[in-house]
Amino acid sequence: MGQYVVGRLAQSVVLLIFVSILTFGLIHVAPGGPAVLLAPGMSGAQIAEAQQSLGLNDPIPVQYVRWLGHLVHGDLGRSYSQGLDVTTLITKRLSVTLQLLFTALVLSAIFGILIGVVSAMHRNSLIDHLATGFSFFGMSVPTFWLGLMLIILFSIKLHLLPSSGAQTLGQPATATDRLEHLLMPAVVLAVANLAQIARYTRSSMIEVLQADYLRTARAKGLREQSVVWRHALRNAMIPVITVIALGIPRMVGGAAITESVFAWPGMGQLAVDSALQRDYPTIMGITMMVSVVVILTNFLTDLSYLLIDPRVKLNRG
Amino acid sequence: MSTTGLAEREKETSGAALTGERAKRPSVLQRFAENRFALVSAIFLIVVMVAAISAPVIAPYDPTRITIGTELQGPSLKHLLGTDPNGRDVFTRILYGARISLSIGVIAMLISVFVGTTLGAVSGYFSGWVDSLAMRLTDAMLAIPVFFLLLAVLASLGPTVPTIVIAIGLTSWMTTARVVRSEVLRAVNLDYVLAAELLGASRGRVIVRHLLPQALPSMLVASTLGVAQAILIASALSYLGVGVQPPTASWGNMLSDAQSYIFSEPMLAIWPGLMILFTVLAFNFIGDALRDALSPYQN
Repeated sequence: MGQYVVGRLAQSVVLLIFVSILTFGLIHVAPGGPAVLLAPGMSGAQIAEAQQSLGLNDPIPVQYVRWLGHLVHGDLGRSYSQGLDVTTLITKRLSVTLQLLFTALVLSAIFGILIGVVSAMHRNSLIDHLATGFSFFGMSVPTFWLGLMLIILFSIKLHLLPSSGAQTLGQPATATDRLEHLLMPAVVLAVANLAQIARYTRSSMIEVLQADYLRTARAKGLREQSVVWRHALRNAMIPVITVIALGIPRMVGGAAITESVFAWPGMGQLAVDSALQRDYPTIMGITMMVSVVVILTNFLTDLSYLLIDPRVKLNRG
Repeated sequence: MSTTGLAEREKETSGAALTGERAKRPSVLQRFAENRFALVSAIFLIVVMVAAISAPVIAPYDPTRITIGTELQGPSLKHLLGTDPNGRDVFTRILYGARISLSIGVIAMLISVFVGTTLGAVSGYFSGWVDSLAMRLTDAMLAIPVFFLLLAVLASLGPTVPTIVIAIGLTSWMTTARVVRSEVLRAVNLDYVLAAELLGASRGRVIVRHLLPQALPSMLVASTLGVAQAILIASALSYLGVGVQPPTASWGNMLSDAQSYIFSEPMLAIWPGLMILFTVLAFNFIGDALRDALSPYQN
């Protein structure tokens, strides 16, 4: 088991190095990379001087190693557009994004699994058809449009929820105020993932419900509730956890969109703004930071298999 | 498929065996058409595509010319869906937006299917280090938040339609690669493939002529779902301002225009969004129906 953990950790590190090369390479190899865009309106001599002092004339691999060296020490460089330290800029916003992401993840996992199990138990019933319809809707609806529609309905027409921000400005932050601001963005971000989780839970559950050991459990006289929720669900969860983990990178992208719709002051919004202003240090820093979070989550997911499925230990440990 | 369907099929095959005729199993197309959602979706997409192609003929106005004095009108006979803040006809812009949004979706999908198929086929055929390298690359691309990478790339290359298409195509091939690889792996040891190899067929020929046809059904499903994904991503990028740039109309940037007027003119935000929703939904329904139609013995 120790070996398995170490192996997975090593894989995660390799993956991170790969991401860093990809991000750095894409930006520096691209025509019109950072060298050109340092500051519009500078004279040729000024540009040359700035490039020299920032080390942009060195070969790309040298620049990469230097960047990586700073990165390891937590230094992501200085933002072009805001003149601030990228690390400070990002850490301030990371927790705000994680709040949104975590709420949405929990919402989608709980309701996705619930809907999936109920559909599997009542296959081809009205509930099942409604759930399938909802899943298709969830996978097809553009996140940002769903956000806009909810704003029109709940903020503009019904005046029930705030349309933007993470808290009411100029008021002491209360828990209800925070929750009211969090609700719509979290639901919007959760929908696509929820649909995916519901579909996978349903098909996984249907397969497991036909297993012999469940017939045994029923034959022993266990109540159906106990058969489904205690015996079947545990095994049906294994592929579902994979889907949840695979959904996280996409959800992080969805967070960028959701934050822009609801003016949620997190990292996603910062990434979009930096992209629009071609603020390379910031956008590279965010991509790296987000990748660390995602890859770390994947690593933890793999560890969770150890808890839920003892066979992992035997096969790979 | 119900039990009567199975019984009928049995009867048909036994009848065919007796008479020596071909079994009249329902064709893929027939099975596909049995799915009403998919059929409606296909009709909807055909209508949208025809409308998009003939937009210059049927659109009543110029999609990009800003006119003063006709801003923000409600729906009328002159302007079916009203006008936008720049006095442009919303219906016209929806039609032209369809051209951009659908082309981006389809071309990005073609790129992603090409990359995914090549990688999947090569890695399935040449096992060993080629395979593990390709699959690690696939895993890596699946594990990183690709959307941020797209933002970074479009920031550095500039958001033109070709860069958007290529960027989306190059970041969405992973599912196809996995599916094609597993189909190739399944077929690679079959007798007819070995026979082709023994007859001296080149590796390229074996892959293209003998292995890829096996993967075709799965590729078809993956590409249909791929168009849906590409349209969603492209519209999100356009909405955020790093996609299709104004004044060119795309469904995504129409929505970002509409957002500033969401309090006074909420209807502006509804039409482009519904077009994205229905189009993506249609591709998803068709992909799902194709999957069922192409693998009738599953479930």
